[in-house]
Amino acid sequence: MHAIHDSAGLWMLAWRRLKADRIAMAALAVVGAFLLLLAASASGLVAGDWEEEVAANYAPPAFAAPSVPAAPATSDAGSAGPPPANEFDPLAGDLRELRATLGKAVAEPTAERAPSLLFGADKWGHDVIKKTIKGGETSIVVGLAAAALAVGLGTLFGAVSGFHGGLVDDFFNWFYNVFTSIPSILMILTVAAVLQQKGVLTIVLILGLTGWTGPYRLIRAEYIKHKAREYVMAADAIGASAWSKMFKHIFPNVSHVALVQLSILVVGFIKAEVILSFLGFGVPVGVVSWGSMLNEAQNELILGKWWQLTAAAGAMALLVTAFSLFADALRDALDPKVK
Amino acid sequence: MLPTMLGVVLLVFVLFNWVGGDPAYILAGKMSDAAGIENIRRQLGVDQPWYVQLGIFLKQIATFDFGQSWATGEAVSDIIATRLGPSLTVLLPLTALETVLGIALALAVAFVRGSLTDRMVMVACTVGMSISILVYIIVFQYWLAYKAGWFPVQGWGSGLLENLRFAALPILIGLAVSLAPTLRLFRSFVLDEAGQDYVRTARAKGLSERRVMWVHVLRNAAIPIITYVMANLPAMLIGAFLLERFFGIPGIGREVILAVERSDFPVIKAITVYVAIATMVFNLLTDLLYQAVDPRVQLK
Repeated sequence: MHAIHDSAGLWMLAWRRLKADRIAMAALAVVGAFLLLLAASASGLVAGDWEEEVAANYAPPAFAAPSVPAAPATSDAGSAGPPPANEFDPLAGDLRELRATLGKAVAEPTAERAPSLLFGADKWGHDVIKKTIKGGETSIVVGLAAAALAVGLGTLFGAVSGFHGGLVDDFFNWFYNVFTSIPSILMILTVAAVLQQKGVLTIVLILGLTGWTGPYRLIRAEYIKHKAREYVMAADAIGASAWSKMFKHIFPNVSHVALVQLSILVVGFIKAEVILSFLGFGVPVGVVSWGSMLNEAQNELILGKWWQLTAAAGAMALLVTAFSLFADALRDALDPKVK
Repeated sequence: MLPTMLGVVLLVFVLFNWVGGDPAYILAGKMSDAAGIENIRRQLGVDQPWYVQLGIFLKQIATFDFGQSWATGEAVSDIIATRLGPSLTVLLPLTALETVLGIALALAVAFVRGSLTDRMVMVACTVGMSISILVYIIVFQYWLAYKAGWFPVQGWGSGLLENLRFAALPILIGLAVSLAPTLRLFRSFVLDEAGQDYVRTARAKGLSERRVMWVHVLRNAAIPIITYVMANLPAMLIGAFLLERFFGIPGIGREVILAVERSDFPVIKAITVYVAIATMVFNLLTDLLYQAVDPRVQLK
């Protein structure tokens, strides 16, 4: 990739084509903004305090507040007021002790709870905006990590299979056929059933280990095409090992395929994570993701509390739209033959 | 096909017998004692060497007898047989409508390719695709069934007509979700063909655009369309699991979710193996259909 500076290489040309595409640049800006938000929330700059119960339960969004007067905040004494009101709390003594030992590290329970928030609050009074950001962090990280794993596996298998051919190729093809004859969603659910444990890492493994087939097929085809090219023979002539030919010489020339697959898979995996977490096979209790938010929102909607649903669904739709537009544009830019 | 089938069986076997841990502990649950676990292990045959277990598994597949569900005690073959009907009640109308509408819209959009309408439809499809299916289901079920009362919120009856009434909203939602990707895909199939030489020839000899599209282009675009629809049928059996779950339809998809929730391994195993078989059979059928659609295709 060092050749970029000398003459306009594949990547430079693709970048120019991408820059000329206004929709792609807008989509890239949106994706970039989401990634920045993710970095900020992962490092604790933003939304690190989403678990603080800052508002009344189900506090409505500020702009919708007039339709729901501040009544619930005052009449609902049990839920809106500060907890010490409950004299039957068997844990009150213990909690007081805990708070005394932990000092100010624990959120002030006596702090006034807002009757309404910019975009409302959920059942426990968490700020929905912060929750959406935090949930987005989980969903996007799972999507990116799982896609990286899937593309990594697909590239490795595809490279070995396409480069070596023969029996090795037959073996991987058989493996591919086995995986593709089970519908991916069934495969995901089966693995989820077998693994029996929840966690972010588990979802990444489930999605990554079942999603490698798409990249595998494309990368294998590329390797079959490339291994007969002159530059690979030249590499052979200077005594490059098979491994070095595969990943030092050929891989840079097919890496655009992997990149496009990565961006396509991220979209698919974010959607899959949301569904898995919604069903309760995804993130564990205590971790928030867009899927777990939708799960809560489903019951809230019946009570007329639409804001958490809107926030999670809107954020996800925006990211996925931008990401898929960008993936399409990236494919067009990197492979101008396809239109 | 046979090696692939063997691979699926091996994969499922490995997943459930090694990755999954000892099923006796799951079955025994909280009230486990050594004797009880030993008893369950003997009943399941887990204490046998692996090749004997694999033999048991192969025999189960061949005889369609996967024993009983661990959760309900119902015979697994009965579960599959009774859940298939409701699933198909939703899937067959859904697939038929989706295919017909997808083809009609794709051709309509292809008429005006490159125009503003075309681009707006494509953008609408991209946006529509990026909204989670969960949101469609939650919102549609809330507005159309719960608020407006046009459809039953959920449930399932015994008669076909009654069930179609229950299936109407799930089918509508399934259509709303699947039409966007289908339309995008079919449009690309149609446009691939619309650039071919034979299309120019057909236009040159003075055929109407309508005839060119509906007869010449469609017949050639039919091959990838058939591939797509056929390949998707078995996957849809499971793919509609969210619809079945939300609307309380006792279908295969909902059964899979329930089985995963309850660690009901025999049911998951059976469904996985049979869906894989169905996928392969449908692939074979697709090849046979090619010949009917395209006389140039020769099967060896």
